[in-house]
Amino acid sequence: MEMFILSLTIFVLAIFVGVEVINKVPPTLHTPLMSGTNAISGIVVVGAILSSGGSEHTTLLSTILGVAAIALATINIVAGFMVTDRMLNMFKKK
Amino acid sequence: MEILINLGYLVAAVLFILGIKGMTTPKTAVRGNQLSATGMLIAVVAALLDHNVVSYEYIIIGVLIGGAIGAFMAKKVAMTDMPEMVAALNGIGGGASLLVAAANYLESQQLAEMGKFTPTYDWSVAVILSILIGAVTLTGSFVAVGKLKGRIGDAKNVKLFKWIVKLCLLTLLGGAGYFAAVDPLHADLLVGGLIILCLVLGVCLVMPIGGADMPVVVSLLNSYSGLAGAAAGFVLGNNGLIITGSLVGASGIILTSIMCKAMNRSLTNVLFGGSMAASAGVSKSENDAFYEGKVKFSSADELAMLLDGAQSVVFVPGYGLAVAQAQHATRELANMLESKGASVKYAIHPVAGRMPGHMNVLLAEAEVPYDQLVEMDAINPEFAQTDVAIVLGANDVVNPAAAKDPASPIFGMPILDVHNAKTVVVVKRGLSPGFAGIPNELFIRDNSLMVPGDAKKVLQDTIGALKDL
Repeated sequence: MEMFILSLTIFVLAIFVGVEVINKVPPTLHTPLMSGTNAISGIVVVGAILSSGGSEHTTLLSTILGVAAIALATINIVAGFMVTDRMLNMFKKK
Repeated sequence: MEILINLGYLVAAVLFILGIKGMTTPKTAVRGNQLSATGMLIAVVAALLDHNVVSYEYIIIGVLIGGAIGAFMAKKVAMTDMPEMVAALNGIGGGASLLVAAANYLESQQLAEMGKFTPTYDWSVAVILSILIGAVTLTGSFVAVGKLKGRIGDAKNVKLFKWIVKLCLLTLLGGAGYFAAVDPLHADLLVGGLIILCLVLGVCLVMPIGGADMPVVVSLLNSYSGLAGAAAGFVLGNNGLIITGSLVGASGIILTSIMCKAMNRSLTNVLFGGSMAASAGVSKSENDAFYEGKVKFSSADELAMLLDGAQSVVFVPGYGLAVAQAQHATRELANMLESKGASVKYAIHPVAGRMPGHMNVLLAEAEVPYDQLVEMDAINPEFAQTDVAIVLGANDVVNPAAAKDPASPIFGMPILDVHNAKTVVVVKRGLSPGFAGIPNELFIRDNSLMVPGDAKKVLQDTIGALKDL
C-alpha cells in the first residue's frame, strides 16, 4: 500500500508539472505537440519489453501479447518522433 | 543494477519534460523533440537491462515490425491527414497499454503460483483501470479516424448509444468489484469479458459525437493514451511510466479545454450532447431561402483587381483549405501581394481545421513564416484596418451570429471578426451550412463577396489574373 501511495504522489505531481510546461506551448505548435506526446506515450514499450524477455514466469500467451505490445508501442515511438521532426523542420526553415 | 535501471527511467522522464519545454518556441522545438527521442532510447536500454529480460529475439521481432510500420506511416502521411494520423497513434498507444496490462495479468498468475506475488486491492484496481482506459482509447480512436475520414457519419440515435454506455459502465463496475474482491488471479474469463466490454464502450462513447467536435475528441483521446500508459505504470509499479503517462495526460487535458473554450461548449456537452447540426440545424430549403438573391457572387478576375489595390490582406483559412490542399496556392498569392507592397497576415481560429494547430502546420508546410500566423485575440482588432479579408473554406468560425444572436446555437463562441474588414471575400464551394448546420449572415452582408469554387482553383485563377493585370 505504501508503494501505491508513493506512485500516486508521483502521478499527481507529474500532472502538475505537465500542466505548467504544456501551458507555455504556443497554439502554432499544438499539432506537433500532440504527435510528440504520442511518441512519448510509447514509453509503455518498457512494460512490453519486460513481458517479452522470456523470463521463467512468462507463458506463451503473455509473450505473444508482449510482442504485439512492443510492435504497437514502437509504431507510436517511431512514427511519433519522425512525423514530429518532419513538421517541426517546416516551422524552422524560415 | 535495479537502482541504475530506475535512474535511467528518471533521466528519461526528465528528458521528456525538457523536450516538451523545447516546444515552447518553434526555434527550439526540433531540439526538444530530439531530447525526447534520446529519453526514449535511454528508457528502452534501461528496460533491456532488467533481470527479467533473458532473451532478445522476440523483442527484436516486435521492434522491427513496429519500427517499419511506424517509419512508413511517418514518411507517407500528408500534412492534411495529420488529424487522422494523430488519432490513429492515440489508438495504437491505448492498444499497447491494454496488451501490456493483459500480459502482466497472465504473468502475475505464474508468479503467484511460484509464491512470488500476492495480489493487492490497488493492483486489481490498476489492472481494471488500465484495461478500461487502454481499450476505450483503442476503439474510440479508430471510430474518430473513421469520422475524420468521413467514412462514419454523425449517429442518428444518440440516445441508444448513451443507453449502451450506461449499461457497459454498470456491468463494468459490477465485474470490477467481483474481480477485486473475490479472486483476481483466477478470473481469465472475467478479464476477457471486461476487455470486450471496454472495447464496445470505446465505440459507443465516440459514435454519438458530431464530426465538428473531432478536435475535442482527438485531444481527449490523446490525454487518454497518456493516462492508459500511467495506469500500466501502476500495474507494473514503474514510476517512469507513471510520470511520462501523466505528462501526456496533462497535455491532452489542456488541449481539450482550449478546444472547448474556443467553441464555447462544456466537455460534457461535446461528449454527450450529440451532433449540433442534428439538434439546431436548418433544412436545405430554409438555408436556400436565407441566401436567396442576397449573395453577391464574384469571380477570380474581380478578386485579382480588388487585391491589386489592397494595402493589407488577411487570409482566414478553415477546413476547406485543407480539403482543397490550397496551402501552397495561398502562399504563392501572398508572395505576389507582398512583392506589390501589401502586408499579408493569416488569422488562425483555435478550432479551424480538425485538430489543434492543424492550420499552422499546413501553412508551415507551404513555408509561410510563423510570425505571420496571428491568433484570434491578436488579429480581431486589426480587421477594421484590413482592406481585404479572404475566407478560405471557413464558415462557423466567422459567423457573426455567434457574437450577437442569442438564439443561435453557436452564440457565445469566439469568432474572427472578419465582417469588420472593408471587403470580405469568401471562397467556398457552395452555400451549404458549416458543421453547426446554420446559415451564415456574413455571406449576405454588404461588404461581402462570394467567389464560388474550390479554394485551390480560385486562388490559382486569381494568381493568373493578377499576372495579367
